[in-house]
Amino acid sequence: MADEPLILAMCCHYCAYAAADLAGSMRLQYPGNVRVLRLPCTGKLEVNYLMAAFERGVDGVIVAGCLEGGCHFLEGNLRARRRVERARKLLAEIGLEPERLEMFNLSSAEGPRFAEIVTTMVERLKRLGTSPLRPDPTRIERGVQEMNQQAEAMLAGDKR
Amino acid sequence: MIVADRKKIPEIRDMVKNHRRVLLVGCGTCVTVCLAGGEREVGILGSALRMALRLQHHDVVVDECTIERQCEDAFIDILAQRAPEYDAICSLGCGAGVQALAERFSNIAVYPGLNTQFMGILESQGVWTEKCSGCGNCRLGEFAGICPITRCAKRLLNGPCGGSRDGKCEVNANIDCGWQLIHDRAGKLGILDPFEQIVPPHDWSTGLDGGPRKVVREDQCIAGLGPKS
Repeated sequence: MADEPLILAMCCHYCAYAAADLAGSMRLQYPGNVRVLRLPCTGKLEVNYLMAAFERGVDGVIVAGCLEGGCHFLEGNLRARRRVERARKLLAEIGLEPERLEMFNLSSAEGPRFAEIVTTMVERLKRLGTSPLRPDPTRIERGVQEMNQQAEAMLAGDKR
Repeated sequence: MIVADRKKIPEIRDMVKNHRRVLLVGCGTCVTVCLAGGEREVGILGSALRMALRLQHHDVVVDECTIERQCEDAFIDILAQRAPEYDAICSLGCGAGVQALAERFSNIAVYPGLNTQFMGILESQGVWTEKCSGCGNCRLGEFAGICPITRCAKRLLNGPCGGSRDGKCEVNANIDCGWQLIHDRAGKLGILDPFEQIVPPHDWSTGLDGGPRKVVREDQCIAGLGPKS
């Protein structure tokens, strides 16, 4: 999985999250590269959530909201689209490809479309390559070891 | 309020890239309201700047904090303990905030993260418009509450000029002609008569042409802590 793209999908509870669930119930195959994060509405999305995801090294982010006109909170998905557009401009300024971030609209009945969206993004991200911001696994391993050592030292201190 | 907008990330990155530790400082007053330099914008810029620096292999620590007001030394006190841990500060305050931080922290490089634009108002959600030039000699009472110095591209006190067309300015068709607005409003208020008179030249000595200005309220000054000069 080392070279497989890692994707974060920020999904609205009322549509895309249910569509992802439906895709599972329908036994549809889609790449396992996606991590689904449920939002109460895509209107909850802030630009800094997107920035934080890319900073932590995800290769791409899908924002999936209701069909336009069908938002449970009337216009949350329209606001999300504007925020996604702003984040894409920021990515371009930073030097990352804006195509790594995309907003999709779908209904809760569209399980197959959710699978198709994930497949599309995986293909796109394979073309773009791994994010240059993805943390070095050896560095993460080293960090975990250091934390373990610190924890053990603290526990040893408690015992004394 | 003072209205500002963020500098492009490559410009900010190039300013701080040779430092080791940079503190991004937001301001909780005007620039928070105009969505340029408040806590949320500091968070977004912090992430963006760290990414931009890493992509160019610059090993710089970028931390974030927001204080209530950068243009008052008492509020900068909150930073006094933390600031010496950094070799540069990038301020997301207006130009006054940047300079207040530079005055307070004489050993730390201070950079602006924003371009300060103007004093203005919120016209509609996400749109701010310039309304005041801070000329130090307010004449709004003579011009039906609409400032010809700010709203007329030529700063005419006897307008409109020949470039006023259908209520718009010849400089840019999206700009309302300030003098058209003045005449329309004065007409509605029934105070057009004074506009028959020629208005003498403005006294610009109260403006920036006389150097940086200072306002002193002696009754408010604390003995021994009065104006610096």
